[in-house]
Amino acid sequence: MNVSPLALLLWLWATALSAQGFAGLGTDAEGFAIPQQGTELTFPNDHGAHPDYRIEWWYLTAVLEGEDGLDYGVQWTLFRSALQPEAGSGWDAPQLWMGHAGITTPDRHFVAERLARGGIGQAGVVANPFEAWIDDWSMTSTAEAGDQLDALTITARGMEAAYTLDLTAAGPLVFQGDRGYSVKSASGQASYYYSQPFYEVSGELTLPGGTVSVTGNAWLDREWSSQPLAEDQTGWDWFSLHFEDGAKLMGFGLRSASEVFTSATYITSDGTPTPYGDGALTLTPLTLTDVAGRQIPTEWRVQLPAHGIDITTKPTNPQSWMDTLFPYWEGPLRFTGSHTGVGYLEMTGYE
Amino acid sequence: MLQVENLTKTYPSEDGVQTVLREVSLSLDAGASLALTGESGSGKSTLLTLVAGLDAPDSGAIRFQNHDLTQMDDAARADLRRGEIGVIFQQFNLIPSLDVAANIAFHARLAERADADWCSELARRLGLAGHLTRYPEQLSGGQQQRVAIARTLAARPKLVLADEPTGNLDEDSSDTVLDLLMSGVRDTGAALLMVTHSLRQAEKLDRCLHLSHGQVSP
Amino acid sequence: MRRAAFSALISHWRKHPIQLVSLVLGLALATALWSGVQAINTEARASYDRAAGILGQDELQRLEPRAGTIPLSDYIAIRRAGWLVSPVMDGAINLNGSRVRLIGIDPLTTPPQSAPVDLSGDGDLQSFILDGLLFAHPDTAAQIPDTLPAVRATETLTPGVIITDLSTAADLLETDSFARLILAPAQPINLLPLSEVAPNLLLVAPDEGNDIARLTDSFHLNLTAFGLLSFGVGLFIVHAAIGLAFEQRRPLFRTLRALGLRKSTLLTLLATELLSLALIAGMLGVALGYLVAAALLPDVAATLRGLYGAQVSGVLTLNPAWWLSGLAIALLGTAVAGAQSLWRTAQLPILAPAQPRAWAIASLKSLKRQAFVGAGLIVFAALLATYGSGLTIGFVLLGCLLVGAALTLPLFLHLALNLASKFSRTALSDWTLADTRQQVPGLSLALMALLLAMAANIGVGTMVSSFRVTFTGWLDQRLAAQLYVTARDETEAEDLARLLDGQVDAILPIRYIDAQIEGAPGQIYGIIDDVTYRENWPLLAATPDVWDRLAAGDGALINEQLSLREDLAPGDPVTLGAAQFPVLGVYSDYGNPRGEAILSLAQLREQDVAINGLNFALRLPETRIEDVTNLLTNAGLPARNIRDQAAIKAFSLDVFERTFTVTGALNVLTLGVAALALLTSLLTLSTMRLPQLAPVWAMGLTRAKLARLELLRAVILAALTAFIALPVGLALAWVLLAIVNVEAFGWRLPMTLFPGDWIGLFLAALIAAALSAAWPARRLATRPAADLIKVFAHER
Repeated sequence: MNVSPLALLLWLWATALSAQGFAGLGTDAEGFAIPQQGTELTFPNDHGAHPDYRIEWWYLTAVLEGEDGLDYGVQWTLFRSALQPEAGSGWDAPQLWMGHAGITTPDRHFVAERLARGGIGQAGVVANPFEAWIDDWSMTSTAEAGDQLDALTITARGMEAAYTLDLTAAGPLVFQGDRGYSVKSASGQASYYYSQPFYEVSGELTLPGGTVSVTGNAWLDREWSSQPLAEDQTGWDWFSLHFEDGAKLMGFGLRSASEVFTSATYITSDGTPTPYGDGALTLTPLTLTDVAGRQIPTEWRVQLPAHGIDITTKPTNPQSWMDTLFPYWEGPLRFTGSHTGVGYLEMTGYE
Repeated sequence: MLQVENLTKTYPSEDGVQTVLREVSLSLDAGASLALTGESGSGKSTLLTLVAGLDAPDSGAIRFQNHDLTQMDDAARADLRRGEIGVIFQQFNLIPSLDVAANIAFHARLAERADADWCSELARRLGLAGHLTRYPEQLSGGQQQRVAIARTLAARPKLVLADEPTGNLDEDSSDTVLDLLMSGVRDTGAALLMVTHSLRQAEKLDRCLHLSHGQVSP
Repeated sequence: MRRAAFSALISHWRKHPIQLVSLVLGLALATALWSGVQAINTEARASYDRAAGILGQDELQRLEPRAGTIPLSDYIAIRRAGWLVSPVMDGAINLNGSRVRLIGIDPLTTPPQSAPVDLSGDGDLQSFILDGLLFAHPDTAAQIPDTLPAVRATETLTPGVIITDLSTAADLLETDSFARLILAPAQPINLLPLSEVAPNLLLVAPDEGNDIARLTDSFHLNLTAFGLLSFGVGLFIVHAAIGLAFEQRRPLFRTLRALGLRKSTLLTLLATELLSLALIAGMLGVALGYLVAAALLPDVAATLRGLYGAQVSGVLTLNPAWWLSGLAIALLGTAVAGAQSLWRTAQLPILAPAQPRAWAIASLKSLKRQAFVGAGLIVFAALLATYGSGLTIGFVLLGCLLVGAALTLPLFLHLALNLASKFSRTALSDWTLADTRQQVPGLSLALMALLLAMAANIGVGTMVSSFRVTFTGWLDQRLAAQLYVTARDETEAEDLARLLDGQVDAILPIRYIDAQIEGAPGQIYGIIDDVTYRENWPLLAATPDVWDRLAAGDGALINEQLSLREDLAPGDPVTLGAAQFPVLGVYSDYGNPRGEAILSLAQLREQDVAINGLNFALRLPETRIEDVTNLLTNAGLPARNIRDQAAIKAFSLDVFERTFTVTGALNVLTLGVAALALLTSLLTLSTMRLPQLAPVWAMGLTRAKLARLELLRAVILAALTAFIALPVGLALAWVLLAIVNVEAFGWRLPMTLFPGDWIGLFLAALIAAALSAAWPARRLATRPAADLIKVFAHER
């Protein structure tokens, strides 16, 4: 296929950008739905796909420790991108699916990617019983009671490595922003966004050197929207942090040429979220690393004075480069300072 | 038998028209012989070719046996040549693709008066009997000329024209070849017109005519 | 010194313009025919490579059904097992009466190696998937009607192919299953083996070369062989012209050497001169070759389409590699033709005798030596014919046969003329024959060229005519029904069958599946038991009661191609799709490059794959054709879906005729080149032959008569050459029919003789020879007497 990664990126971007002028209306010019503040999310239905929105993802990151004492990280992501605001069926379904899988070890980073068209069963998400899949990769509910996402099995494989993890949620689903309405820019672009940050994980990684049993924490983000970024925003730095005391922190900075728009949600160990708007969270890059020919800040100072948080993050593997159609950096980290713990960092838009 | 009257021949050349023969006249009776001598370029060979009907003069008349060659077309002159006139050149007389026997008989057969006995008689006389199956290129110059003489005599022409027939030969074989020619001509009763630059050879003939710059000088 | 010497050397050409023209023309023609053929081959091969590259089947493995197609559910199952495969729909649609291949791909799963089209532009992917954007070669794009989705013209695609998204292909082809799945070169770890995941599918290795290229190889080899033959014939002219130019300049070489020009300088100057001439002639030849190729390419394209289904653009693109190779072949040809002359010049002592050797006088001994080598080659060819096999061997055999025959020709002519002179009675005929014999060495190259051209003409003509006779007879057998009807869908097919019931003598359904036959793609047909087949089907070999046994489901009929390729005879087992059947019979199947088999219709239905079942053959009396046609059109069937026997026959014969247009054209061109070779040789000889002619002239033959004899001589030589060309040509035809065709096309044809054609060719050769000799003869007839007299006067 001659579809260059850049071209596909540009294409997805371009369609996203064309929607900008219609922020605030119920739909944009092409008929895509727009997130509305105050909408109540309902489950298990909202675990499933929302084909009338342009973009959606099921995004799981797991910070793991192996039986060998080494740090590991695992990513499992399914993206949905709609060409038209309808589910459709068969060949004509205007839905495209993209899966990303990553396994990070201290000295390697394995990446795999899958693309599929909707409507023919190659990829999709079913809300109840919950299953998200693309080809042989899947995220399947194993919950016998309670929410469908309370227990999951995820699996994915690439050319060199594979994993299967069992996840059990030790806490409730957490809404980001205003009961799941998450603002992404000063001019009001927003998405629906909720998370399950309390997974306890056990499973196996299949690596070129053999199989490793792992345990750890995982975080699932669910987000959908039709207008994810403001026009001048060039990328983001996104943290999901697991504190040793069981609390969680989601924080991001959306970079534009002139400024950084930050947002954070502090989640207590019982799952009570406290959202913070622009400016509460400060993200300061500390160390630049040469990754795939670019300078990328792999160590950060993260400050959230409202909770006395002032920490420094160090990646498990600074070269956690996701060499996919849209390349980006994504990998596990440990942090020290006012607090200690582990987490995941995603950085996009570094050219 | 042969009267040449006021014959003039010119050739176009790079310096304009070059006159090779100017108002030349001569005559030759049946059975008689005449030598034509002269410097190189005096026109003696040209005169011979005109008499042979190989080429046509600009003006004048060539009367042979009451025919005027200058009034005849190419085909008629060819007929005359085939039947009545034999020509022997200094070289390249022979047909390379035919062997000696075939060469000797060739002219006679063309003239439709081939006589196998006479041919073998001539071959014997001219010392060619042992070479009959050879090809011209396998013969020496003297042998080749003997073949040419034999071929001419075999056809029993009324007139034999010879242009330096021994010019390529050394003196001894020259004399031999010339003697053979003359005795043959005598035996067949033909007239002989021979171009030569050798006065010694010319003296062997009945008469001698000297050409200089295209004109007869006594 | 160099400059003065060079101008002295080339002044020769000013004095001998005919030599110059024949040298340049010969070389240009040789180059033209060769590079024309190469241009055609290059263009066709580029098309095949593009076709093969479209889906990367030259690089990637693929999964193919044993028969039929791959359902969507199988594809999803394989993907969900983790195997990275990409589905391909592949079918034909009708565009204004011409069939175009439509390929549907999934841009999301296609491996980069099999990327047929560029979707990197803004919004390309979206319009590909959503709007059904089509991609096609400009030739094909122009045919696509407005009723289809928008098309983007792309030079890199093969003509006759449309690439589009699966969704669009599914609509246009009315299918939801796949022709094959392409495997990505790298696969994830720990997958279940394909034999478990997809037990019904065959894993097919990447095509070596590619299918079409392999199928058409023989055709191009044929063309190349003809190009080479023409080139060789052209080189005869060049060799003759160069040889003469060197021979005539020997005194000049001597003078220049005597004046102090070094031998090496002289040779350098001569080589430079040849190089310049070769470049000029080469460029002229490449330009001519382009014209030849451009003129022939549409027919070649039609042939390849008709015979192999290969799509080749009818428009020639100028490729630098091609014209550079054309120039190179011109230089090479000049080098070959000039090497001998240069070498002789290098050996020339300064004080060589003033009288040059007569040009090209060869002794009987050397004629015998040559003929001995020729006879050896012919014996070798016979050994190859007996013990060898394969297409390459076939062509080596042809080469040995032709060269061998050419080498024996001079001795044959010599002996024939010798024999004739034994019966000669007059001095003139003696001389004419003897002189003709002496001309043989000088004309032998041109006569060899004539021999090759005529033998090729007879050989190819016999092959084509034999083929035509067989093919026409075969068409009569194979197309026994009067009408052939294609329904547009299954429902219509059933309706038509009902409608026709009782209206015609027989309705013969034509049902087939695409399947792997002995490991290669092919088709399996299912037929009902009908007297039409029993009476008409062209069986080459059969078991007893073949039709009863076929009807009873005891086995299969296979076509001759399959039988020859797999060495199958009645009684042997043949693997068709997933099952094995005994071979009951072998039928001839001209024009089909692939393997094919016939089962009873009941048995075909048991194969558990979708059957293409929209075609019917109808038996009916001639008088009812119009009524039945009306009946069908009134029922709503478009007229183009009803074809009568005559139309199909006409179409098939047209494909056949076009197949051999090119060989025919090359044949005529080769004969033309041979005639030109004869002309230039005669012109050349005419000046040197004066010493031979002058004595005869002096003895009373007119120049006109001599000229007529010269003409007669050329005709005698051409006639004798034609005489030997006949057996050589028939041997050539035999090799083409019994060896080359079997290897190339997969069928063997009976050889039929066409003496009428020979007489025509014989006369053509005599006329060509007479025409070639006419000009030199006329020059002789009108030559001034002084020129002839000079022969005697000059000291040569």
